[in-house]
Amino acid sequence: MTTPAVETLDLAAKFAGVTADTRPGYAGWIVPAEALTQFASFVRDELGYDLLSSLTAVDYLEQNQFEVVYHAYKTAGGPGLVFKVQIPRQDPAKVASVTPIWPGAEYQEREAYDLYGIIFENHPDLRRILMWEGFEGYPMRKDWKEAFYEEEAKPLKSRWPEGRHTLAETRVPFGDNVSFKPGFDPEKWTPTDPEELLYATLRKYTSETKDGITTDHVLVNMGPQHPSTHGVFRAVAMLDGEIVVSLKPVMGYLHRNHEKIGERNTFLQNMPYTDRLDYFNSMYNNWGYSLAVEKLLGVAVPERAEYLRVIMGELSRIQNHLILFGMLWNDLGAYFTPALYAFEERELILDIFEAVSGTRMMCNYHRFGGVSRDVDAASLEKIKGLVFERLPRRVEEMNRLLSENEIFVSRMKGIGYLSPEDSIAYSVTGPNLRAAGIPYDIRRADPYGIYDRFEFDIPVRHNSDLLDRYLIRMDEIQQSLRILRQALQQLPEGPVLTGKPQYQVKVPAGEAYGRVEAPKGELGYYVVSNGKGNPYRYHIRTPSFINITSLEKMCVGGKIADFVTILGMVDIVLGELDR
Amino acid sequence: MYGQGLLKGLSVTLKRYINTYVDDFKWWGKRYFNAEGIAHRSSKDANGIFTVQYPEEKLPTPEEFRYVPFLVYDEGANGEKNIRCTSCGICAKACPPQCIWIVRSSDPVTGRPVPQPAEFYIDADICMNCGFCAEYCPFDAIKMDHDYELASYGRNVFDKERLMKPASYYAQIRPLNNAREETARAEKAAAKAAKAAVTN
Repeated sequence: MTTPAVETLDLAAKFAGVTADTRPGYAGWIVPAEALTQFASFVRDELGYDLLSSLTAVDYLEQNQFEVVYHAYKTAGGPGLVFKVQIPRQDPAKVASVTPIWPGAEYQEREAYDLYGIIFENHPDLRRILMWEGFEGYPMRKDWKEAFYEEEAKPLKSRWPEGRHTLAETRVPFGDNVSFKPGFDPEKWTPTDPEELLYATLRKYTSETKDGITTDHVLVNMGPQHPSTHGVFRAVAMLDGEIVVSLKPVMGYLHRNHEKIGERNTFLQNMPYTDRLDYFNSMYNNWGYSLAVEKLLGVAVPERAEYLRVIMGELSRIQNHLILFGMLWNDLGAYFTPALYAFEERELILDIFEAVSGTRMMCNYHRFGGVSRDVDAASLEKIKGLVFERLPRRVEEMNRLLSENEIFVSRMKGIGYLSPEDSIAYSVTGPNLRAAGIPYDIRRADPYGIYDRFEFDIPVRHNSDLLDRYLIRMDEIQQSLRILRQALQQLPEGPVLTGKPQYQVKVPAGEAYGRVEAPKGELGYYVVSNGKGNPYRYHIRTPSFINITSLEKMCVGGKIADFVTILGMVDIVLGELDR
Repeated sequence: MYGQGLLKGLSVTLKRYINTYVDDFKWWGKRYFNAEGIAHRSSKDANGIFTVQYPEEKLPTPEEFRYVPFLVYDEGANGEKNIRCTSCGICAKACPPQCIWIVRSSDPVTGRPVPQPAEFYIDADICMNCGFCAEYCPFDAIKMDHDYELASYGRNVFDKERLMKPASYYAQIRPLNNAREETARAEKAAAKAAKAAVTN
């Protein structure tokens, strides 16, 4: 569990009103709602927790209260600080916004508002973020029920022993259990008001008359159906000529309320669902989730399984960066030839995933206390062939292909700058933070698994522009290969799973936050168990979602044409952005 | 010199272009439309053209590859189909999207449950191919398939008839897994027999 170093840190004595969270299985501090702002600045400025990793809410229906949970970390490394604010469960439930202290909380607070209806006072732009504006209700509240709702938790009773198949749509005809605002008719609704609301948040360009010509601002909508946004992502930009004055991302087109599904599922049933978050890195998604649940279970992972997790995780990092390069080169006009070079290597890695886990992308490989199956000798040979022979050669070739290309460099150098201070403030993690000169990598800062055994460097670059964000990923592939070489040489024999495989795990009550350094940044799972078969709360801090908070900052002042590349380098994937 | 980086990159593409022909000549007549060539094209030594001409060529499916599950039955001496499933319902309980429906059968005379499913449905449109059903089935009765060509115009709700496949088919698609399970079952049966012999 992410327990703070309690011996040295007695916050109750240092800050009036703060009490330790003494519920069994819980850790951290409970902060009175009225003191939150002061406490947050105290935590950041006095204690040095400069990076707000995760902000989320939990609905404790029985206690009749909402709890807003904050996880803060130091970019210098070390364990984190958990603090919570408890507010009565009523409408309106209000809590102070921490955006003045950590601007990176902006979208996370919007998400908590959207899904729980908690109002964050003094938030710059508190609108719905994942759901549409006309939506009635707050879907993550425990008393909210979705369309086709059957039961509170799986397994559903209708499946066995009298499980006659019915199609969901015949069982619950659409419209019967969907509620809307009074007087709201979805058939007649047109999205004018929310659009106006969105456009109103954009900073207007002040029109001026010069030499008898009056200039005016231009509003540009990019997406949701735009090939360069890599999915159904939309951005609204206010332009002065071709210079971006203001920009707002619009998301949620792929929202499926993953967290609500996760609360209906049993603990194990969530595992294949995590594959569908960042569908390029299902191995890493599995890892974060199993880490969180293993903390609750207190189960140890066998040696061989730890090594297999590292091997698969690093392979998945390589293929993630490769696909990013491919798409980036595409965006910049090196059309498809380099992209397919990158795909070729990725394909070979996916072949390994398929042979080991059964599926190329939706791996579902991890289990609580190990992995689902051992790697066979043939696959191991293939991995060795790739790691020791092919990939170093091919990655070098890709480096030669475009890294020094003058056109490519001129499109990247100095574009999309984000200062190191802003990077931390906006909770940017992963390669983009390291490209700003901050050597923050969870594998080193707060090691999980067996990463403390390997010798590897945390690559850092200092210009914080697109070129550095690109080059740092090249460096990271080299380091991943280095870790892989060590892991393959050290790979021990032995079992890959602790205990017998079981489909129902008994998880003790409590909370846990498991975070891993996923290829796109910090991936954290906040899991609360109340001792029953399914998680009480299942929250995912996804790197795509939180890294996108700084998008406006990076784009403003640049040309609209660079937006595509900047977005590409944030490395979003819509499966985890919209969840 | 300006343009050096550009030329450097172009030399890579040129090398790849030439390599394509070199590899084609090296593997003359063996590179396409045969298993050896396909294996070469997806190996670490692959060079040149990488793609596979589906559906004329198909990549071999690895043993662990998993797709929509099927029910295993043992063939009896007289060609009867002895389904292994006992309708215990573990697969239906473990299934994340809850796409398995099972009706237990009962003895028509006594009304007691009989360890056999009366009906068994898998909604293949909902199935997420996670493989939990096969992983947690204690009777090796439900297994993941290799047949991935399921595209159709309508909804795919598979009933028991459609799901049943012989044990020989299973042994053919997953020889290693099958051998391992056969040994485990044989050991279990031997232990049971030994125990019975002791108690008698």
